[in-house]
Amino acid sequence: MTATGMVHPWQCRNARVRSVHCEAPDVMTLELVMDDPAAAPPYRFEPGQFNMLYVPGVGEAAISISGDPSDTSSLLHTVRAVGNVTRFLTNMTAGSCLGIRGPLGVGWPLSQCDGKDILLVAGGIGLAPLRPVVSALLADRHRYGHISLLVGARTPKDLLYRREWSAWQKDIDVQVTVDRADDGWNGHVGVVTTLLDRLPVSRPEQTVLMTCGPEVMMWYSIRAALDRGVRSSAVWLSLERHMNCGVGLCGHCQLGPELLCRDGPVVPFDRVAPFLKVDSL
Amino acid sequence: MPNQVPECTDAPAVPPAAEWFLPRDSLQALIECLQEDGYTVIGPVVDQEAITYQVISSVDDLPRGWTEEQSAGRYRLVRRDDEALFGYTVGPHSWKAFLFPPQVTVARADRSSDGRWEMTTPEETVPRHAFLGVRACELAAIAVQDRVFLEGPWVDPVYQARRREVFIVAVHCTQAASTCFCTSMGTGPECRTGFDLALTELEDGFVIQGGSDAGHEILERLDVAVAAPSQSAAAGSARRQAERQIRRHLDTNGLRDLLLNSLDDSQWDAVAGRCLSCTNCTMVCPTCFCSTVTDVPDLSGDHVKRERSWDSCFNVDFSRMSGGVIRNDVRSRYRQWLTHKLASWHDQFGQSGCVGCGRCITWCPPGIDLTEEVAAIRSHQEPIP
Amino acid sequence: MTSSVSDDPVAVGRKKLAVFKFASCDGCQLSLLSCEDELPALAEQIDISFFLEASSRIGTGPWDIALVEGSITTPEDEQRIRSVRRQAATVVTIGACATAGGIQSLRNWADHDEFLRCVYARPEFISTLASSTAVADHIPVDYELRGCPVDRYQLLSVLRDLIRGRTVRLPRHSVCLDCKRRGTVCVEVAQGIPCLGPVTHTGCGALCPAFNRGCYGCFGPSAQANTGSLIRTLAEGGLPEARRVALFRSFNAAAPEFRIDERAARSDIGSSGTGRGELS
Repeated sequence: MTATGMVHPWQCRNARVRSVHCEAPDVMTLELVMDDPAAAPPYRFEPGQFNMLYVPGVGEAAISISGDPSDTSSLLHTVRAVGNVTRFLTNMTAGSCLGIRGPLGVGWPLSQCDGKDILLVAGGIGLAPLRPVVSALLADRHRYGHISLLVGARTPKDLLYRREWSAWQKDIDVQVTVDRADDGWNGHVGVVTTLLDRLPVSRPEQTVLMTCGPEVMMWYSIRAALDRGVRSSAVWLSLERHMNCGVGLCGHCQLGPELLCRDGPVVPFDRVAPFLKVDSL
Repeated sequence: MPNQVPECTDAPAVPPAAEWFLPRDSLQALIECLQEDGYTVIGPVVDQEAITYQVISSVDDLPRGWTEEQSAGRYRLVRRDDEALFGYTVGPHSWKAFLFPPQVTVARADRSSDGRWEMTTPEETVPRHAFLGVRACELAAIAVQDRVFLEGPWVDPVYQARRREVFIVAVHCTQAASTCFCTSMGTGPECRTGFDLALTELEDGFVIQGGSDAGHEILERLDVAVAAPSQSAAAGSARRQAERQIRRHLDTNGLRDLLLNSLDDSQWDAVAGRCLSCTNCTMVCPTCFCSTVTDVPDLSGDHVKRERSWDSCFNVDFSRMSGGVIRNDVRSRYRQWLTHKLASWHDQFGQSGCVGCGRCITWCPPGIDLTEEVAAIRSHQEPIP
Repeated sequence: MTSSVSDDPVAVGRKKLAVFKFASCDGCQLSLLSCEDELPALAEQIDISFFLEASSRIGTGPWDIALVEGSITTPEDEQRIRSVRRQAATVVTIGACATAGGIQSLRNWADHDEFLRCVYARPEFISTLASSTAVADHIPVDYELRGCPVDRYQLLSVLRDLIRGRTVRLPRHSVCLDCKRRGTVCVEVAQGIPCLGPVTHTGCGALCPAFNRGCYGCFGPSAQANTGSLIRTLAEGGLPEARRVALFRSFNAAAPEFRIDERAARSDIGSSGTGRGELS
């Protein structure tokens, strides 16, 4: 705390890795616990929010929180090794230490989903910020209508959280596709929009779409959903840009009018639609 | 982590326009009053062939008898034919360097002998600054940065600590540079709010107004008399002269929508041929706030400073992600800067990011003029019938 | 606020380093030797296997990291640099010679044979190439560290990253950003001093303008340098063509963005316009 009692935006909390789970090549899920749980209030987050994970001397990376929001004892982050910080994070083992700032940003519009049919579309690591949504929906299953989760990945090896699908499938419709099959795969092959095209959407005007993945995947998934009658005002997506401060003060993560760390990463489609297809924005 | 409620930073409303007269010889007394109150006074100084803002100790440091000529890509210090102390407009520096330092340590991580990391944020001793010579467009720029750093969901502690210690002595412009367009942005040339004291320079002294309780308190300690009607009239006339001299114009009518609907305009390609992407415009801009925090470890790696430095949307790597650079050409970077400054700033902070000071025009080596760029885009989008 | 965690050591193997010299003044190698305070710690973290300027030890490859100083100016150089590449996992070129051909690349604009005849009594004994070229013109290079000489702290930070197996990320912005961060007033705008800062790569800390002279580009072109626009600006400011050429003809003369003969020609024809309408 500073003298004025406010939280300093660059103050990290110390955390350590309790366990590590390998999800896919170069993709690890880190289970983190706060070092000083007694000294700080229990950690609560909204599905879709992110943390800045800090490795002293290496740097920080914005990583979405991918665990169950009702579990305040540990925090899950699924990390893909793409840069120095994330490579360092994916090499961590039980006991490794790091800093955390968060939760940050605006999450998914779960409060607007009561009584609605829900369509979740995830591509690759984009399933990570949607998994807390799945947990939250399952915890209050009776409040929602039909729920479909469409998952796409490049190859079967890149599919995340496979161990949890059978539990999810008891309550929601989970469909999976890969761009390229391997020997053991007898599921669907093709881009995720092909699943969407075949999906029965019985109440399009009562359906909420939440999607996260590569921007081109999200764009075509949204187009496909809109073609099926889903209202553009009921479409939400999670966007990614370089985040440095994570609190709207450094200017890095702009996409047109959006400061994505502050106004996102989850944004309503209507607000960003004019900017999504502008080259190099 | 709860979001922060910004502190109220509004200065008290200006009381009924009471004008006083401060004899020329008494300006030193004002500086001394501020110094007695523990302020480090920052004011205009001739340095590096320009009028810059630096620590001053007395009126002798002020740019007596100096002014400047400005045009697109050009600034020259020139002699005046009088002894005016504030007979210039705005120069290469802005006050933001004192509120939002170019380089500052925002956090530390230190590994102690038992191998544990301690992650801390420094409790700084911040300087108490009195700014002497703040122009109307600069008051507006400080208000813009207040909105960015103090009034969003998160407060920047570095800015806040410095900002709340600042005492502002504004100076009304009595002349304009060719690059000024504050009248278009509604920010000047007259200082209306956001100051503790405001001066209008006349030949034999200053007409002085208080703008806050702190300002009035200083006024009581100075050798001032109620300004004579002729003095007030002369000050008003000097201020109107500045307004009359402003030639440059930016048409702000519907500007946000105009620019955000012109993201594919050919003008971005044209300006990319001239723009050096050198970052000068963003660095001299009194409202540009982009920065980057980087880890600076010492050689042992056990002590890490997290340093925040001014950065710029014109820096190629500013938009770098793991997959590559988003704005990987000059066209997209110039477009980002101009649309942010004049358009999306409204969405993010409820006002324009431009105060019309003209620094980006003067200090752009090839002399790119944003008012001309906007006019060109407007002519493409709204062809004259 | 203070909080603590226990250590998380990075397991790193000791990597093998070699330093090679081609056509150069040795100044960049000296920059490494000048890191007197840091060298002992560095030597603990890395095996300096081959560094003739520092030690008579002649270790053999393969190496994890090869630092290469100097440009390619002889047929023998052409062979030797390929051999370095074959034996080194990571090649880092250091300095203006290695990254752009160096001051000796001025020969690229002259008659090489005439030089040989004028300087040497028996030119037939001399075996050199007609041009001085950057290492990257001959082999793939992993990282280029610019400057004449390189900044030793930048060099140390690159070595530190390579030792730890990290991707090296060097800033690529212009000198102008550094001038502004240190409060230096633009010498070109305020005084009309020709300055290459707007197109020159960061690394020096904006040294020259802080001493009231224009940047002479010793760190070579910044990323996506718009040299054409700067040349038009200098021309409009009244700088004659000969001086414009001379400004770029120094340590990084042969860097593609700084090859002013081609650029100057381009700037004379009606380009994309300057927006100022007149030449001064």
